[in-house]
Amino acid sequence: MKAKIIITPKKAVLDPQGKTVQTALEHMGYRGVKAVHVGKYLEIELEGTDKEAARQQLNEAAHKFLSNPVIEDYKLEIE
Amino acid sequence: MNFVVLQFPASNCDQDAVHGVRILGHSARLLWHKESSLGDADAVIVPGGFSYGDYLRCGAIARFSPVMQAVKQFAENGGLVLGICNGFQVLTEAGLLPGALIRNRDLQFHCEHIYLKTATNDSPFTSQIPSGKLLRVPIAHGEGCYFADNETLDRLVAHRQVLWQYCDATGNLTDASNPNGALQNIAGICNERRNVAGLMPHPERACEPLLGSADGRLVFESMIHAWHSRLAKAA
Repeated sequence: MKAKIIITPKKAVLDPQGKTVQTALEHMGYRGVKAVHVGKYLEIELEGTDKEAARQQLNEAAHKFLSNPVIEDYKLEIE
Repeated sequence: MNFVVLQFPASNCDQDAVHGVRILGHSARLLWHKESSLGDADAVIVPGGFSYGDYLRCGAIARFSPVMQAVKQFAENGGLVLGICNGFQVLTEAGLLPGALIRNRDLQFHCEHIYLKTATNDSPFTSQIPSGKLLRVPIAHGEGCYFADNETLDRLVAHRQVLWQYCDATGNLTDASNPNGALQNIAGICNERRNVAGLMPHPERACEPLLGSADGRLVFESMIHAWHSRLAKAA
């Protein structure tokens, strides 16, 4: 199994990286970019086949460690 | 008084912290992060740097070091803990201080001297700072923008947990004097119990006039004063 975790800054948190990338895209001539949010992507390879157990475990890990709930949101996918 | 200064892989200014304490006539020793006992520590300093290369998030890995379990216990027992720069980040990641430190709003690493206004003298980290005195101390960080949600921020203000704020040379809390975009110009805070504090600036690098400022001493003198007061009360 493989887990994919996408971590993004919370909406209320200042994201200067996202803003800078957005400005750069505009400078390059790409139109219609409303907002950019720069985050992190983690790919985790897992043993076993129990998706539910893996989900439970990784939700806990994402909350406690992989993301910082004060400033970040995360999305977990298992395939 | 015995200070213990932690050392993680890629800590910095740890030697400065030891020196800053020793020139005040007290004892300080370095403690490697793999140690699980603080020994005879009366206070702990978590120094600056880039512990574990800032992997994942600043301070996110350091909080799992064996020594940090001892620091948590020490703090729970009321021991004095001061986190400087990366040490502040480690203490927020460890849950010993509220909020988080994020990327400076201009994305630049700031290495300069700034002015700090002390928001309250009612803490073991600020009691010896004369009223109205601005501290001239250096900062050196890329991720020092203090962030907390509104509820946490309200609680910090209500309990007078904001200890230091960035200001200009005359003590005004302006946007221009805020080097990193921190909410309410916050440079340092303490926990509700007031025994754990963190700040992004480096008081240990401003302990002698030769270094351009000795204002940082006042933070350590406050900790020493708090320790003396505790001893006097216990006697």
